[in-house]
Amino acid sequence: MSDASLNSHTHTTTLPSDGGFSDFFALLKPRVMTLVVFTAFVGLYAAPGDIHPLVGLIAILFIALGGGASGALNMWWDADIDRVMRRTRNRPIPSGRVTEREAFGFGITLSAIAVVMLWLATNWVAAAILAFTIFFYIVIYSMWLKRWTPQNIVIGGAAGAFPPVIGWAAVTGGISLESVLMFSIIFMWTPPHFWALALFMRSDYDDAGVPMLTVTHGRRATRVHILVYTLLLAGLAVGIGFTMVGGPIYVAASVALNALFIKGAWQIWRRSEEDAEADNYKVEKAFFKLSLYYLFALFGVIALEAGLAPLGLGGW
Amino acid sequence: MSLSREHELHKRRFSRNMGLGLALIGLVAIVFGLTVVKVSTEDFTEPLFGEASE
Repeated sequence: MSDASLNSHTHTTTLPSDGGFSDFFALLKPRVMTLVVFTAFVGLYAAPGDIHPLVGLIAILFIALGGGASGALNMWWDADIDRVMRRTRNRPIPSGRVTEREAFGFGITLSAIAVVMLWLATNWVAAAILAFTIFFYIVIYSMWLKRWTPQNIVIGGAAGAFPPVIGWAAVTGGISLESVLMFSIIFMWTPPHFWALALFMRSDYDDAGVPMLTVTHGRRATRVHILVYTLLLAGLAVGIGFTMVGGPIYVAASVALNALFIKGAWQIWRRSEEDAEADNYKVEKAFFKLSLYYLFALFGVIALEAGLAPLGLGGW
Repeated sequence: MSLSREHELHKRRFSRNMGLGLALIGLVAIVFGLTVVKVSTEDFTEPLFGEASE
């Protein structure tokens, strides 16, 4: 018997605390967390200086927990939108397995634990940036910008760009050009990534009343924006190769990856809506998928350079 | 309608309690490990309680 039938017979509302472990885990947005964990690891690994492996592991764990906590708070605040959108309708709150109050308490508690533990394990700078990231994602992005401006993804993307900066600060206790550039890469990558999704998710954002660029400025303008942001991203992504965290391997890989990414954005820009509908958004879906591989590969090569440096093979 | 003991609701509650228990044990292990690392590093200095009172 499903939850729905149980509730329809016995309760008008969901019982609090009915969610299982997997429901609470789903509140942490585990798929987003993989990106947080990976980019935080690269920031930490590529940073100059030493950190005890266990402290490094604990730092990444609590950066991930902080990211997950902000995901739970985001689901608490956006529950009304999630109920409308097809993509998010089965999340724990819209499906009734977790109440909004539980998600809020869960998110706040985990946020506090993550920030305090990161401070204890590393330093106050890393903890402060993590606290700011959570604040930025919930208050600036979710509560304010997401429902107000079509630039929501652009500015909100900053929240997802902080993990490598936090990882870097965990080792060095500060911020530097390299960590800012790593931030900039994710910041510039986020808009084309999400706008590609918005193109093929069609009516989801319309139905939810979220002012995505596709809704406010049209799909043609979104295609132009994807190309422009991809070109700007390429400049940053190749540029970081000439700093302390780069090297010949990174520059070569980065040029190849950005050439592929620009090719995808170019194809999206050239297509009309009729073309896209005819093949069920094949190119847009492929670009969205490529964007995930692109970011993982780019940061993977930064980590590779850092790993080869002690052997005299990586870096400049 | 009464809920039988084997109902899915009980399974979900059990999994949540088990998850919380393991998370708490994990947190204790993390704090313990962190403490060991912190007091083992070279820059760790013990508080001078004895000298201060003399």
